[in-house]
Amino acid sequence: MSTPGFANSRRAITRKTIWATVAVSTIVSFAFFGILAFAGNTAKLNWVAALVVAIALYMVLISTLSAIVEGRRKSIDRLITTLLYGSFALAMVPLLSLLVTTIVNGAKRFDLQFFSDSMRNVVDEGGGGLHAIIGTLEVTAAASVISIPIGIMTAIYLVEYGRGKLAKSITFLVDVMTGIPSIVAGLFAFALFSLILGPGIRFGLGGAVALSLLMIPVVVRSTEEMLKLVPNELREASYALGVPKWLTIVKVVLPTSIAGIITGVVISISRIIGETAPLLIICGLTDSMNYNLFMGRMTTLPVFVYSSYANQGTGTADIDRAWTGALVLILIVLVLNLVARILSKVLAPKGTR
Amino acid sequence: MTSPRVSLRSPHRKGDRTFSTLALTAGIIILVALAAVAIFLVAKSIPAFSAKPSDISPDDMSFLQYIVPLVFGTVWAAILALVIALPISIGIALFISHYAPRRLARTLGYVVDLLAAVPSVVYGLWGITVLAPFVQPFYSWLVDNVGWFPLFAGPVSGTGRTVLTVAIVLAVMIMPIITALCREVFLQTPRLHEEAALALGATRWEVIRMAVLPFGRAGIISATMLGLGRALGETMAVAMVLSPAVVISFALLQSKNPTTIAANIALNFPEAHGVGVNVLIATGLILFVITFIVNALARMVINRRKDFSGAN
Repeated sequence: MSTPGFANSRRAITRKTIWATVAVSTIVSFAFFGILAFAGNTAKLNWVAALVVAIALYMVLISTLSAIVEGRRKSIDRLITTLLYGSFALAMVPLLSLLVTTIVNGAKRFDLQFFSDSMRNVVDEGGGGLHAIIGTLEVTAAASVISIPIGIMTAIYLVEYGRGKLAKSITFLVDVMTGIPSIVAGLFAFALFSLILGPGIRFGLGGAVALSLLMIPVVVRSTEEMLKLVPNELREASYALGVPKWLTIVKVVLPTSIAGIITGVVISISRIIGETAPLLIICGLTDSMNYNLFMGRMTTLPVFVYSSYANQGTGTADIDRAWTGALVLILIVLVLNLVARILSKVLAPKGTR
Repeated sequence: MTSPRVSLRSPHRKGDRTFSTLALTAGIIILVALAAVAIFLVAKSIPAFSAKPSDISPDDMSFLQYIVPLVFGTVWAAILALVIALPISIGIALFISHYAPRRLARTLGYVVDLLAAVPSVVYGLWGITVLAPFVQPFYSWLVDNVGWFPLFAGPVSGTGRTVLTVAIVLAVMIMPIITALCREVFLQTPRLHEEAALALGATRWEVIRMAVLPFGRAGIISATMLGLGRALGETMAVAMVLSPAVVISFALLQSKNPTTIAANIALNFPEAHGVGVNVLIATGLILFVITFIVNALARMVINRRKDFSGAN
């Protein structure tokens, strides 16, 4: 859209008029709610309502004004423009609120003790989430070890080898797998291991299996996209030099697309690291350190946040720990996303893509 | 290369064979895994279908009586979330693809993707501590003033932990998914279509209505279905925010709300034992079937117009 202005209209609303309209509607709305608050009808200035009314007022004003000056079609255009800007602003509200709340509440216990202590024998104050952080790292690492090779090899199969019905059905099922509810993945892991190892089983590796089920499709999809971007000329040049297909893939195709693949993998890790439901089911909950993936209950960070919230004692010690856990989780996810962006910049092959 | 014979047989070299077998095996593992999910869930849920009513829940319900309110709650909450999220998502997608300045658009897209990366348990915590108390006064006002409308019937929940709050949280969670897909589709509108419309004197909104939206219809539909699939399976946010009851009710603002399958499993699984475990797994199987159908439909819509829509 290079020309948002209306060249063909004789009279058009200028930028100045728009800002004037914004100012008028804001002042009127806030004055109204200010008077309400001053007169004692409402306890304090209801700024949310004031903002909503201001936006609505602006929409009415600008579209009436435009309808008079510019005609009906442009008035609708202005109304829609405002609506679209508004919808974007609306979507930012929860994100900001969520980040601010988490940072403010999480900062209370964001101390050294949180990263050095477990919850063993902690009743009220103190304690920390070290056991949960270790659990999260171990379970996520195990899930990655399972998922990354399977995911990348499947993508290679689909792009380089796959023809016919089998490849088509794998593509379809990978797509459908992306939509498996995480709790169903947890139930699957539980059903599988309780049949093998006896009822009531809870252990870390089961969580890793459940998470792999969620992670593999993401890895496959992103790797597939990246492999498809590798130009066919590179492959053909390699074949022409007599290099076998598998070496072409390993030495030419993969290095060319490695930046995108790593980015995809990191993003898939950031997706599963916050999963709660499957781990609640198959990993269970414990207050103590457990380094062993193969035996015993293992707390992970999201489950720690949930259980601290769900089983609050008296006082605010538990909920504070929950918020700090949430803050650590968000930080991990943010860092992973940042790493992914940097890696994709650094590793990207030079030249045009 | 010592002799031409070797290169003639090159497709059957040992390295090639091993590598292609490895790749094929990985693909087959995925097929097996998905089949295993279905098989193990079915195997574990068979006892539930013939369980005695007294074993299923304290209120002596048959499995059917137990599952129907849950299915209703799951679908109801997901549809509400979709109704809230869909118009806003399309709005954001249009804003990013056609309204925001080019350089800003990329950053904005990244910010929206960030919303998708926030763990669901954090959404749950936020929903219960910030959103629910915040919206409660509005609910009271709605019940007092528009209470005659069946959806807003009283008595109002004092905590704000109602199905509408859950729907708002779910909407925030599925918005990035729908937005990302719609944005991709809108960006792929042929430039010539847009420019032709502009040349005919169309306003920006008319360009969108005549060129962008018709082109992206399939993409919007499938994005909606994927968002629906995500909302159906979301667990923790619902489990933490909703104050559940075993009811089938359309009322949005009361303290008795139909709960969802996923939340019900998460809340009851840690304490479940005996047949109770099987019952919960059986409800999980039903959730799996519902989401499988929704996702498969979405993918079929995308695949049918793949070269056209570009959302995949």
